[in-house]
Amino acid sequence: MRSGREPGDAATLERRLVQAIGTGLPLVPDPYAEVAAALGTDEATVIATLEAMLARGAIRRIGAVPNHYALGYRANGMAVFDVDDAMVAELGPLIGAFDFVSHCYRRPRHPPLWPYNLFAMVHAKTRPAVETRVRQIRSRLGSACRGDTILYSRRILKKTGLRLAR
Amino acid sequence: MDATDRRIVAGLQGGFPLCPRPYERAARELGLDEGELIRRLARLVETGVLSRFGPLFNVEAMGGTYVLAAMAVPEDAFDRVAEMVNAHVEVAHNYEREHLLNMWFVVAAETPERAEAVLGEIRAETGIEVLSMPKLEEYFVGLRLQP
Repeated sequence: MRSGREPGDAATLERRLVQAIGTGLPLVPDPYAEVAAALGTDEATVIATLEAMLARGAIRRIGAVPNHYALGYRANGMAVFDVDDAMVAELGPLIGAFDFVSHCYRRPRHPPLWPYNLFAMVHAKTRPAVETRVRQIRSRLGSACRGDTILYSRRILKKTGLRLAR
Repeated sequence: MDATDRRIVAGLQGGFPLCPRPYERAARELGLDEGELIRRLARLVETGVLSRFGPLFNVEAMGGTYVLAAMAVPEDAFDRVAEMVNAHVEVAHNYEREHLLNMWFVVAAETPERAEAVLGEIRAETGIEVLSMPKLEEYFVGLRLQP
């Protein structure tokens, strides 16, 4: 143990933890001890660091990250809407509150090719089910929405989790 | 995937314990033993039911950034361009989608400048325009999937 730790030390350990376990935790009885050994620290420090990261939102959650396709959610639609800029901040949270929406963001338009500014990921097992859900969103948006479409995913080309460049 | 696997996937999407022998504690809550939970998780990852098991880091809370980007890639060049895009370590996800904009990927980088630089590199390597769609506001992020 060193006294007089510099503020940079914690950030450095966090960064090394991201590198070490961004693609998964070791599937062994003492995963935090194994990670600690690899990083030259101890299990308690790894656990305390992860707790602090969880508490301030630097880790959203720890657990199983399902592959939507493998769970039968084969019709994953990225639903996008062209919503009046004056209304989108008010309407966005209402759309995010639907339980079938996993992510909901406002993003920039790129007209004329891309007029859409509100994105909602809609998960269902079939395309008709996605379309029913998107109609629910559309109806909640009402006249503030001037257009919408659904982009279905055809293939996952890459999904690695987080790997920071060194 | 049997009923026990489904219970694991539904019950362990968050809240994995931060303590010594965490699988032992999680297993007890699921009515399993440690060895069986570890074996089943390993198989769920190996067979692709789980993309991974572990923490979901939020790059933004660590001062980093994500940028969503989209490209309209000609069909005959698609696989070649996918390889060029995926070769960048900062590209975390990449999906083929049914649209004129048919390639959608997420760049995770330590600064917005670095993320834009990666998009610039991809533009230069592929000769194809890359539309940058950084998030302007977040209304919800979560996961509520039931197996």
